[in-house]
Amino acid sequence: MKALLGRWALIVPAGLLIFAFMVLPMLLMALMSWLEPAQFGGVKWGQYTPESYIKFLFDRNLDDSLSLNTDYLSIFSRSFWLSLVTTITTLLVAFPVAFYIALQPPKRRTWLMLLITIPFWTNLLVRTYAWILLLRNGGLIDSSLSGLGLLSAPLNIMYTPLAVQIGLVYAFLPFMVLPIYTSLEKLDWRLLEAAYDLYANRWQTLRRIVLPLAAPGMVAGCILVFVPALGTYFIPELLGGSKTLMIGNLIQQQFGTSRNWSFGAALSFALLAIVLIFMLFYALRFRGKGSLT
Amino acid sequence: MINSSNPLWRYPSLSILMVVFFLFLYIPIVVLIVLSFNQNQTATIWTGFSLNWYKVVLENPNIIRATQNSLIVASISTIISTVFATLAAVGMAGKNFKGQNVFNGLVGLPLLVPEIVTAVASLLFFLAIGLELGLTTVILAHTVFCIPFAYLPIRARLEGLDPKLLEAASDLYAKPFTAFTRVTLPLLLPGIISGAMLAFITSMDDFVITFFVAGAGATTLPVYIFGMIRTGISPEVNAISTLLFAASLVIVLLSFVIGQKKT
Repeated sequence: MKALLGRWALIVPAGLLIFAFMVLPMLLMALMSWLEPAQFGGVKWGQYTPESYIKFLFDRNLDDSLSLNTDYLSIFSRSFWLSLVTTITTLLVAFPVAFYIALQPPKRRTWLMLLITIPFWTNLLVRTYAWILLLRNGGLIDSSLSGLGLLSAPLNIMYTPLAVQIGLVYAFLPFMVLPIYTSLEKLDWRLLEAAYDLYANRWQTLRRIVLPLAAPGMVAGCILVFVPALGTYFIPELLGGSKTLMIGNLIQQQFGTSRNWSFGAALSFALLAIVLIFMLFYALRFRGKGSLT
Repeated sequence: MINSSNPLWRYPSLSILMVVFFLFLYIPIVVLIVLSFNQNQTATIWTGFSLNWYKVVLENPNIIRATQNSLIVASISTIISTVFATLAAVGMAGKNFKGQNVFNGLVGLPLLVPEIVTAVASLLFFLAIGLELGLTTVILAHTVFCIPFAYLPIRARLEGLDPKLLEAASDLYAKPFTAFTRVTLPLLLPGIISGAMLAFITSMDDFVITFFVAGAGATTLPVYIFGMIRTGISPEVNAISTLLFAASLVIVLLSFVIGQKKT
């Protein structure tokens, strides 16, 4: 009993800090999404209203009737779509990359993984900025292509959904490679030899042995890419311009120019709820088979 | 073990993919670094080598202040989060007990919740409890999200520890505290150092949460760089970005070298 108390005493400081400055704030945020917004930011305490959630789908007209407004919904669906394409693209690239690395001798593996970890741990803002240098009109992609005589007019990629898409894939590729590699690294290669001995060809071996065994890593990778991609803020802000807003930008606007804190809280809460549903699905479906952290 | 001379394990088409993959990953970084040494005023046309932009950056008082803020925030939040994470990891080690999962859930939270949600929630919370936005709020927010980054390597290290070593210590009449400071702590040290480094890097690099909770006086380096990028690309941004990249790179490599060392 005394030993247990001692262990709790060690855990409580960290636990309490996360509870006080992460759990409580999120509860407060949920509460504020049901309050009436004050005019210049802030909320009117005690005045409860579902207005922020109604605002998501409807405009309130002068005569108090509601008309459908799909602007916010389209920002959500764009975010979903961009995150989904990011997830699929990174999965298609990361699987063969992880497979290749897992086939290398140990020393080489360590070096290749270090090369993938470096972008993972270096500043993403700075690396997103580097894409502006490449993508903008007259930027390096334009000038090198026209230098080679392959291009006569600028490509105009910057400030389009494609630019945001490139930025997202670039940002989240390492998040996909790392968990897939972790599951392939532990693979028993004798299983593949056995398959080949039984006259399976490469495609069959891949489909029937490697893919099922790599599945936990692939699912973990998909979540590690999809969830942060959905809430990303500065990639669409820097590469997308005003026409390619994502959920993160919409939320930020509520605390900047729009000054509607309740709506901002409601949007954040909606994003959080979507993420939690994904996590719950993951926890129930893949309990104990590989872990995210 | 794979015998790499066996043609079964050779995938020539994959090597091409690997080259393309690493080019995609590193070309933007290389371009950024090269252009930071460009003499020219326009950010993307190469005219000649120059260190001028680094001089401009290092003489910019706003950048120096932002760097100081970043270092203050990262140091304090690294120290607090690493100490708390070490204590928690030691408390979580050993036999399973009731309530352990509650902490597992809590410590994973900062990793799972989208940054923008954490940012909004923290902002609203700090304003609601009447805490003025500034270095204090930034340090608080950073300490919280640094805890899991410090905790995970320490916990991994603890799991690899041989419990017989602690038994041996108590056989030799070491009190639990002595056993901890003389046996557990030295063995944990590589884990603690790499955890602290990851926490430091994460804090130095954070933009979104800081952007929301910093207020006017507590601009950190990434927040300042973001402001510069929004006003347009310039060789100055290239130079400061390269410096920030280099700083993270040094810490990653150090933590890699420490992690490679066996017990």
